[in-house]
Amino acid sequence: MQYLEGRKFVVQGIFLAVALVFAVRLFHIQVLDGSYKLAADKNTLQRIVQTPYRGMIYDRNGQLLVHNIPVYDLLVIPREVKNLDSARFCQILQMPIEELREGLKAAKTYSRSKASPLVQNLSTPELAAIQDNLVDFPGFSIKARMARAYRTDNMAHALGYVGPISPMMLEKPKYAKYVAGDFLGISGLESFYEKELMGRRGVQYRMVNVRGVEKGAFRDGEFDTLSVAGQDLHLSIDAELQKYGEFLMQGKRGSIVAIDPKTGEILAFVSAPAFEPTRLTGKGLGNRYMELLRDESRPLFNRPLAATYPPGSVFKLVNEAIALQEGVVTPETGFPCNQRLVRCTHRHEYPANSTIAIKNSCNPYFYQVMFATVRRNRSPNKFKDAALGLAEWRKHVTSFGLAQHLGVDIPGERMGLIPSPNFYDKRYGQNRWGYKTVYSLSIGQGEIGITPLQMANLMAIFANRGWYYAPHFVRRIGNGGPLPQFAQKHYTTVAAQHFESIIPGMLAVVNQRGGTGINANLSDAGIWVAGKTGTVQNPHGDDHATFAAFAPAEDPKIAISVFIENAGFGGSSAAPLAGLMIEKYLRGKIAPWRNRWEQWLPGPAHRFVVHH
Amino acid sequence: MNQVRYSRSIDWVTLLLYILMVGLGLLNVYAASYSPEMPFSKVFSSDWSGLMAFNWFKQLVWIGAAVVLIVILIVIDYKAYDTFAYVLYGGMIALLLVTLVIARPIAGSRSWLELGPVRLQPAEFAKFTTALAVSRFMAGINLRQQNFRQQMVLVGLTLLPPALIIASNETGQALVFGAFLLAYFREGMSPLILLILAAGAVVLILSLLVPKLWLVGVFTVILALVFVFNSRILRHHLPLALSTYAVVVGMVFGVDFFYNNVLQPHQRKRIEVLINPSADPLGFGWNVTQSKIAIGSGGLLGKGFLEGTQTRFDFVPEQSTDFIFCTVGEEWGWFGTMITVVLFMTLLARIIYVAERQKSVFGRTYGYCVASIIFFHFCVNIGMTIGLAPVVGIPLPFFSYGGSSLWSFTILLFILLGIDAYRKQDLVR
Repeated sequence: MQYLEGRKFVVQGIFLAVALVFAVRLFHIQVLDGSYKLAADKNTLQRIVQTPYRGMIYDRNGQLLVHNIPVYDLLVIPREVKNLDSARFCQILQMPIEELREGLKAAKTYSRSKASPLVQNLSTPELAAIQDNLVDFPGFSIKARMARAYRTDNMAHALGYVGPISPMMLEKPKYAKYVAGDFLGISGLESFYEKELMGRRGVQYRMVNVRGVEKGAFRDGEFDTLSVAGQDLHLSIDAELQKYGEFLMQGKRGSIVAIDPKTGEILAFVSAPAFEPTRLTGKGLGNRYMELLRDESRPLFNRPLAATYPPGSVFKLVNEAIALQEGVVTPETGFPCNQRLVRCTHRHEYPANSTIAIKNSCNPYFYQVMFATVRRNRSPNKFKDAALGLAEWRKHVTSFGLAQHLGVDIPGERMGLIPSPNFYDKRYGQNRWGYKTVYSLSIGQGEIGITPLQMANLMAIFANRGWYYAPHFVRRIGNGGPLPQFAQKHYTTVAAQHFESIIPGMLAVVNQRGGTGINANLSDAGIWVAGKTGTVQNPHGDDHATFAAFAPAEDPKIAISVFIENAGFGGSSAAPLAGLMIEKYLRGKIAPWRNRWEQWLPGPAHRFVVHH
Repeated sequence: MNQVRYSRSIDWVTLLLYILMVGLGLLNVYAASYSPEMPFSKVFSSDWSGLMAFNWFKQLVWIGAAVVLIVILIVIDYKAYDTFAYVLYGGMIALLLVTLVIARPIAGSRSWLELGPVRLQPAEFAKFTTALAVSRFMAGINLRQQNFRQQMVLVGLTLLPPALIIASNETGQALVFGAFLLAYFREGMSPLILLILAAGAVVLILSLLVPKLWLVGVFTVILALVFVFNSRILRHHLPLALSTYAVVVGMVFGVDFFYNNVLQPHQRKRIEVLINPSADPLGFGWNVTQSKIAIGSGGLLGKGFLEGTQTRFDFVPEQSTDFIFCTVGEEWGWFGTMITVVLFMTLLARIIYVAERQKSVFGRTYGYCVASIIFFHFCVNIGMTIGLAPVVGIPLPFFSYGGSSLWSFTILLFILLGIDAYRKQDLVR
């Protein structure tokens, strides 16, 4: 029997082996593996997010445009649902039973004990119907949340819209503070000023037990934060002017941008065709969005920012300013209206000086003006000379805010195109192109693209005689001012006196007999409009009409650009429209004898086209 | 006999360990049932019946009763255990039978006897009576001598109580009787039986993890390799090699049959979630998942006394009885769980030490039975809370809340101390 005593070591060994396994396993799950701690917090910590009031949006006269209203969601806590009479439930809510099943399944997948939305944005009749019957449906509840509501039917393109955050966005670090189901600005001002509008969310950590019953604050609220309401935005938009602009653009495609040249504040921002901002709120947002997206007239396309057109004859003003700055012409320089250089569209008096040339928009004259700027005989090779000249020309042009982002405070701005020598080198080869290749730039046609916003800004520059503030919508954030970048003056490379000598030409366009922009004339109301017409060659159809202007010429308060697609010559449709806008803004009303314009202008663009 | 000698002969180390473990157990039962809405002061202002609503207070009452039990057990002459071993065994079998007939089912098991306000689980007391009976029997035979009839009687003695317990649907408590094998091993049982059982366990786990045809394939390849590289062994021991192979292959399929046809669906589920707890996290996997989360979130030093969120907010089920170890793990961290493991190891080592110093086979076998039973509970209970063993409803000795369990372990342990205390007097007499 003695040798059996040794077996006590075997027994002890078994005991110790198990203890060792436990020690290692416990060390692993308690000390090494942190995932259990996270799981424990997920069990017991409930994060209650208090979404603050989203900031409201006002126009420049303090008129409320965008505010918040409560909407109601139907929530469900799957584990509390008992004996659900689905037939009756679906009948009350007028929803197909498959939808209910899908919804319940999705809610269960999310969590059995936490509430998830089953129906969002209950309509008023739905809310009334279900609220009375809620006692019969345990596990279902109604929760109010705030949604965007609009006091205006206009400027959807500038305001943008608010929508639920997408799963794709949630993965980006930029949206780390958001959770699924949150709403945020998707486009326009709502998106650009998301941070300011949203405010700061409050977070409270509550401890809950296994049944979801609250058991008090976590660490006495050490980690809780209070919510801070979003800041209101005060826009520079004049809601009346905006409404008027959208009215005038009815039935057309195009845009109107009006800027206060002294401040860079945008007064009107019309993109046509337009749609009511309410269409991108509430139930069925996704469907309506798709509807707008599929619309052939592309209402979602933010034309003032994202459409680039050749500026047409308006660009002659820029070429004249550059030539004056370079000293290659004077205001008194005359060039013959030589039709062999380039066709001139209308018959007119001899362009003996720049004012006459601008008034009549003489193509050969500006061919020669730009030729003087570009061909300076700095190289015996005419190709090299043209390239040198074009590079210098481009430097001046870009100082007008062209071929760059102006930095407006909504997303989606396009830069446009001002070609560089490099651009033509790539297309034709180095030293294989000359002035004859690029001459169309002299009259604002060809390989050049600018946005309606840049065009309006161009007018602001002429109004200011050489400088601009970046155009922007928001003049006040909460109680503060605009963003700092909008208080920074940008100067062009052209001296003020050169602008001064171009303005008589612009005045002549509108105010002299035979001027191309005579339809924008407001002299009868004592307003001196300075402007320039343009007709944008369009290889796809009828030409686009454009007119850009500022007024009053002696103390400019508004700079405006109007683009109407496929409306032919700028003087016949764009000019009167700009005139009305200016009058509306400066006088607040339209002279009775111009009412016929008001009646005639809204409608399809083709009516303005005169085929020769 | 005089009192001084008597008090000296009690094994103070074991007693101290017992007091420590029961004390720590009470502390954790208090924490597990602690509710911030019912603070201590409020409890004491309420009356007695109100106090009885608290697990920790009831546990305190049972500890008080256990002290009385201890005194009685030590005062009783050790010879009484020897003498009345079979009587106690018989009485217990009768009690199990009675329970089976009259007990109302509680949570699917007919194992609780209700005596007025107190509920007792006779299965708990089957452990020490069976231990006494087999020790008594063992003292009269020699396991080394291959007396088949005696061996069968021993097997019968060991298997009768668990059979009755299984009939009352309390499988966990029945499994405990398997622990007696360790005691028999010490008394001369062939180690082959332990090895075969261990191999069986390995095959069981393997056959649940890998497809059984793979397993058979692997064993065949091993046999073939042995044959190729050392054909001499096979030639000399061919019958042994082939029969081992046959047994192993038989086990693979046997386990499969056992798993699919013998086990009840809920038992199958428990093994399934052991292998993959995320298979059914809200159903059968819930206990394992939540208990691992509670223990795992404790960290190195724990969240502190009464600070455990998982246990206090009811995420862990049965938190003061079978899952009391979760409270230890969550509130005291690895530090606390290691103290518990070390306490058990020390106690087991001490029991083995005490058993080995017994002069009689009866005393020694009984000592080993005590160690084996406590070890089995320790193994399975802690194993299930950390996902190493299937969820079998057996308590952690001395720690878990519950009168039956506390008393049964107290009796189990102090009968041994009683026997041990008289060991020296035997010499004196």
